[in-house]
Amino acid sequence: MTETLAATPGPARTTSRPSGLFGLTPTSGIGLGLALVWFSVLVLIPLAAVVGAAAAGGWGSFWNTLTDAQTFAALRLTVLEAAGVTVVNAVIGTVVAWVLVRDHFFGKRVLDVVIDIPFALPTIVAGLVLLSLYGPESPVGINIVNTRQGIFLALLFVTLPFVVRTVQPVLLELDADVEEAAASLGASRLTTFRRIILPSLVPAIAAGSSLGFARAISEFGSLVLISGNTPYQTEVASLKILKFIEGDNQAGAAAVAVLLLLVAVVTIVVLDLISRRVARRG
Amino acid sequence: MADTRQIRARKGPVTYFLRFFVIAYLAVLVIWPLWEVTSRTFAPTERGAEAGVAAFLERLQEPSVSYAFGLTATVAFWAVLINTAFGVGISLLITRYRFPGRRILSVLIDLPMSVSPVVVGLALVLAYSTGQGWFGEALEEVGIFIIGTTPGLIMATAFVSLPLVIREIVPVLEEIGTDAEMAASSLGANGWQTFRRITLPSIKWAVVYGVVLSMARSLGEFGAVKIVSPGAEFRGETATILIQNRYTNYEEPTAYAAAFVLVLASVLALVVVSLIRKEDHA
Repeated sequence: MTETLAATPGPARTTSRPSGLFGLTPTSGIGLGLALVWFSVLVLIPLAAVVGAAAAGGWGSFWNTLTDAQTFAALRLTVLEAAGVTVVNAVIGTVVAWVLVRDHFFGKRVLDVVIDIPFALPTIVAGLVLLSLYGPESPVGINIVNTRQGIFLALLFVTLPFVVRTVQPVLLELDADVEEAAASLGASRLTTFRRIILPSLVPAIAAGSSLGFARAISEFGSLVLISGNTPYQTEVASLKILKFIEGDNQAGAAAVAVLLLLVAVVTIVVLDLISRRVARRG
Repeated sequence: MADTRQIRARKGPVTYFLRFFVIAYLAVLVIWPLWEVTSRTFAPTERGAEAGVAAFLERLQEPSVSYAFGLTATVAFWAVLINTAFGVGISLLITRYRFPGRRILSVLIDLPMSVSPVVVGLALVLAYSTGQGWFGEALEEVGIFIIGTTPGLIMATAFVSLPLVIREIVPVLEEIGTDAEMAASSLGANGWQTFRRITLPSIKWAVVYGVVLSMARSLGEFGAVKIVSPGAEFRGETATILIQNRYTNYEEPTAYAAAFVLVLASVLALVVVSLIRKEDHA
């Protein structure tokens, strides 16, 4: 829902007007103080504690934790799965957005609502939903529990809306004139798509993909029931953190967590850059 | 223009192929699994027993299930209340006042959405748990225990849904500008009057929208809550943790029933959100 809409690189984002800003009054100053204290207590200090715990043992132990064969295998699997899911979403998400915008058929509006469901569902329920059809008692005879394909499917499910919801508004606003011109000059529909439509969709696809990638890297809830957590086989980063915590290895958990935090920060920065670039181009 | 419409409306085999592909993809990934969960929720509890709503309600009547939903409701209520008060305040500060670090603050506010839920849980543990946290001992001396108690659950839930209200209000505040507020204060209205008479009516729907989104998110939070909660029956077992515990204990019917309640809640949130959007644009 709004998770993606807020990050959509689009013209809707208005710049704040410096002329309309007031200096701090005593009342608003106290308000700001209170807000900052709460924000620090809730978010900043705990996140600092994670970085602190990861750095406590020095660079050497941080590095050793991450390069430990089992942890490294979990990290590699996480990145590979997330990258694969991102590629699939970039293609299929664009196709879904295309069909939802350009095609007209009975039941299209239902599909439009279906896209939002993976966002709205609690993650553990998303896992359960997939297991009801593809689990041990599957009516179609497919069991994805403890397989890498299962992890892939769960990630596809939870990241479905990202690309669709960022590409859709851009497709809706595309100017018909250019397509008309291309077609009247004899371009085939494929050429028109490749040369005219696709380039204007690229920023939206990139934005949606990076959101999806970040989500896939950090996904936890939907994988708890599906991934069997077998070391070297189906263990992903977030579940590795849980295992570290349960084994009372806070430093190990913090080391992996810092890596995930880094991905989150990089994603925010990339999105900010993309949306500024789009805004500049007008 | 008419020419393009014809081009856009022309339906070749590609159009039908894409349409079929998208419907099949969404059916296999989302619709069919959802259908399967629903049918299992309403399946008879035992052979020959009554199916349908009666069977569903019977599963929800266990005391531990009521406890879990009660706890989830309490936690979600407080988290949403805190986030709404904080969200309205910080949105006003960011859009209406000038102070050093304003831009950094507005970027940092978004961070909680992109942090993995497991990392959120770990961060709170490393800051506030009695054994390992930075402030654990200091808090213990004054008799405050956060990790493993309801306040810890509320903090974890408030953390993950923190930006939702702010993201809805800030664009509206930027859109409406400060003209009316300036006029009010120049006519002698004090800060509170200006807020209540001018600002609040214009951000009303944005606040409601943000509250609904936070509520949906808070009811379904799993990862962060899982780390900070003892997660045992009658001891910090929220609805989502209950689903996991029951599923792994082979009490699948109860897990499906509890999951279905959460599915209903999230579908309800989707409906409310789309109604508000219509109301807002009307």
